[in-house]
Amino acid sequence: MDEPDVLRLVDLCKSYNVCTPVETEVLHNINLTLRRGEFVALIGPSGSGKSTLLNIIGLLDRPTKGALFINGREVSRLDDAAITKLRGHSIGFVFQYHYLISAYTALENVMMPMLVDQEFPNDQMRVRAAHLLAEVGLTQWQDNLANNMSGGQQQRVAIARALAINPVLILADEPTGNLDTASANGVFEMMRAMNRANGTTFLLVTHNMDLARRCDRIVEVIDGRISAQPAAA
Amino acid sequence: MNHRAPFEWIAAIRFLKEGRMQTIFIVTAVAIGVAVIVFMSAMLSSLEANFLKRVLTSQPHIQLVPPDEVARPLRRYPSGDVVATIYQRPAQRIRSLDQWQAVTRQLAQWPEIVTISPVVSASGLAIKGAASRSIALLGIDPAVYFKIVRLPDYIVAGQARLLADDIVIGTDLAKDLGVALGDKIIVRAGTGASVVLTISGLFDLGNKGANERSTYVSLRTGQALSGLAGGVSTIDITVEDIYAAEDVAQAIQAATGIEADSWIKTNAQFFSAIAAQSNSNTLIRVFVALSIAFGIASVLVVSVIQRSKDIGILRAVGTTQGQILRIFLLQGGLLGFLGAIVGAGVGAGALVLWHGYLRRPDGSELFPLVLEPSLLVIALVLAAVTGVAAAAVPALRAAKLDPVVAIRG
Repeated sequence: MDEPDVLRLVDLCKSYNVCTPVETEVLHNINLTLRRGEFVALIGPSGSGKSTLLNIIGLLDRPTKGALFINGREVSRLDDAAITKLRGHSIGFVFQYHYLISAYTALENVMMPMLVDQEFPNDQMRVRAAHLLAEVGLTQWQDNLANNMSGGQQQRVAIARALAINPVLILADEPTGNLDTASANGVFEMMRAMNRANGTTFLLVTHNMDLARRCDRIVEVIDGRISAQPAAA
Repeated sequence: MNHRAPFEWIAAIRFLKEGRMQTIFIVTAVAIGVAVIVFMSAMLSSLEANFLKRVLTSQPHIQLVPPDEVARPLRRYPSGDVVATIYQRPAQRIRSLDQWQAVTRQLAQWPEIVTISPVVSASGLAIKGAASRSIALLGIDPAVYFKIVRLPDYIVAGQARLLADDIVIGTDLAKDLGVALGDKIIVRAGTGASVVLTISGLFDLGNKGANERSTYVSLRTGQALSGLAGGVSTIDITVEDIYAAEDVAQAIQAATGIEADSWIKTNAQFFSAIAAQSNSNTLIRVFVALSIAFGIASVLVVSVIQRSKDIGILRAVGTTQGQILRIFLLQGGLLGFLGAIVGAGVGAGALVLWHGYLRRPDGSELFPLVLEPSLLVIALVLAAVTGVAAAAVPALRAAKLDPVVAIRG
C-alpha cells in the first residue's frame, strides 16, 4: 500500500467576514500536495495569501470550504481539542521572528512541545532536546535564556524546537527573513540537512528566490490562487 | 526546568519569574493586605478572648434567681372585680429559691451544663474598730463556686479557704479597714445578724470597686448571716458552649419555672460591642480581599497582553486552551499564596512586636496574645483562592486568544 501524502489540499477556500455584505475570499480553490521528505518553497508577493494558507495548513486557522488531509486523514472538520492535539503531534513551526519563549532557556524552549505533549516519556525529553540543540550546533548555549541569543541562534533553537516531537511536516514562515545573508544561509542549510537526515517534509515561505531555487519544488501563490509552479534549480 | 513537574506549573512559575518586577510589586501588595488582615484578626480575637475570659471567669454563664415579689390588685370575692387599682411595688426581700436542691439535682443531668453552684448573697457591713465599710457578702461552696469564678487565681495573700469562720476580702477593703491576713473583723448583715470572721485570704480582681466591696464566706455562714437557713438566693451555672448560654437559660426557665439570666442577656451591651467589632473586622477583610483580587487581576490582564505572542507559540506547539487557562489561574493562585506567606509572617511578627511594646504601667502585658496557627493557614488558603478567582477573567481571555492573532501580536 502506498504511503499517504503528508499534506493534501483539495479545492480549499478561505473567506473572511463570511455571510456579511463584506465577505472576502482570500484563498480560491487551492489544490496542493506535499509528499514525505519534500522540501518545498512557498513564494508570492505580500498579501497574496501565503500566510493565511500556512496558518490553515498549520491547523491554526480553518478553511471556509474544501478539504485538508494530513497523512491521509481529513482534518478540517475536527473539533478544537483534536486539532490542537494533532497540531502538537504532527506539525512543527518556525516563524520569521523566532518567537521563542523568552522566559525559557534554549533547552527548555526545545523541550516545550514535548512537555505539552503529555504522552512523551519524561526521561527522554531532556536527552532529546540536548541532542537536537547539538545538531543545530548550540550545545554550549543550551542553558542561555532565549533573549540572550543572537537572531541566527534563536532561529536555530526554533528549528530544533520544531523537530522536537518528530513532526511529519514543518512549516517555516520566512525563517530567514530577519537574518543577515550568512545567518540566513546557515539556517537554510540546517533545515535542508534536517530534511535530508530525518525525511521530514518542509514547507518554507520565503521571498528570497535564491533560497527558493535551492528547494525541491516551488509553489507560487498569487492573489489567493496557486499559479503555475516554477521549477526549482 | 524540572521536566517532571506538570507543564502548567513550569510555565506559570517561569512567567512570574520573568516578569520579576511586576511579580514583586503585586506580591508586596498582597503581602500588605494579608498582613493587615492577620494583624487585625489576631489582635481583635486576642482582645475578644481577653474580654470574654475576664467576663466569664468573674461571673456565671447563667444565674437562677427567685422571682420578683409583685403586688396584685385587690379583687372582690367572688365576682373578681378590682377594688383597689393603685398599688405599690413591694420591697424585694432576700428570699430563697424554692426547691433549690431538687432543681440542682435535675439540672445536674443536663449535658449542656458543666457546673452548678448554690450561692447566698447579702449585703452588710465589715467593721474593724471604728472603721466600717459596706460590703457585698457571698456565701459559697468553694469546691464548685471556684470552678465558675476562679477566685484562687486572684489571691495575693493567704488562700481561698472558707471554713465556717473564714472570710476572703479584697485588698482595697483590707486597706480601708487597716487589716491584714489573719486579722479578725466583725461582719454584720442587713438582717442584723453579726459574726466575727478571720481573714483567710486577700484577693485583687484588678477592679477597685470589686476589691472594696466583694467578700466571700462559706455557704453556711452566708445562710446564717442572711437569715436563709438551708436556703440559697441564686444558683450559678456554667455551660459547655458559652454562646449557647441564652438558649440553655430559656430551656431552664421552661423546665423549672425559675427565672434564668444568661451572661449574654446581662452583658448585652458588651455582646453587641463584640458583634460590632467582629462585623467591622469582617468588612475590612472583605475590602482588603477585594483590593487584593483586583490587584492580581489587573497584573494578569496586562500579563496576558504582554504574553500574547508566547500564548500564540504555546498554542501553536499544541498547548490546549485548558492548559493556557490553568497557567494563568496558577499564576493568580501563586501570587496570592506567595503574598500571603510574606504577609502572614509580617502581620504576625508586627503583632508580636507591638504586643511586646505595649505594656501596662506596671509592666504586665495589656492582653494575652492569641495567635492561632489556623488563622495563618486560613489566610494562606483564602489568599490563594482569591488569587485563582481573580485570575479567572484574564485566564479565560488568554485561553480564548486566537493563536494566529496572538502570534501576530
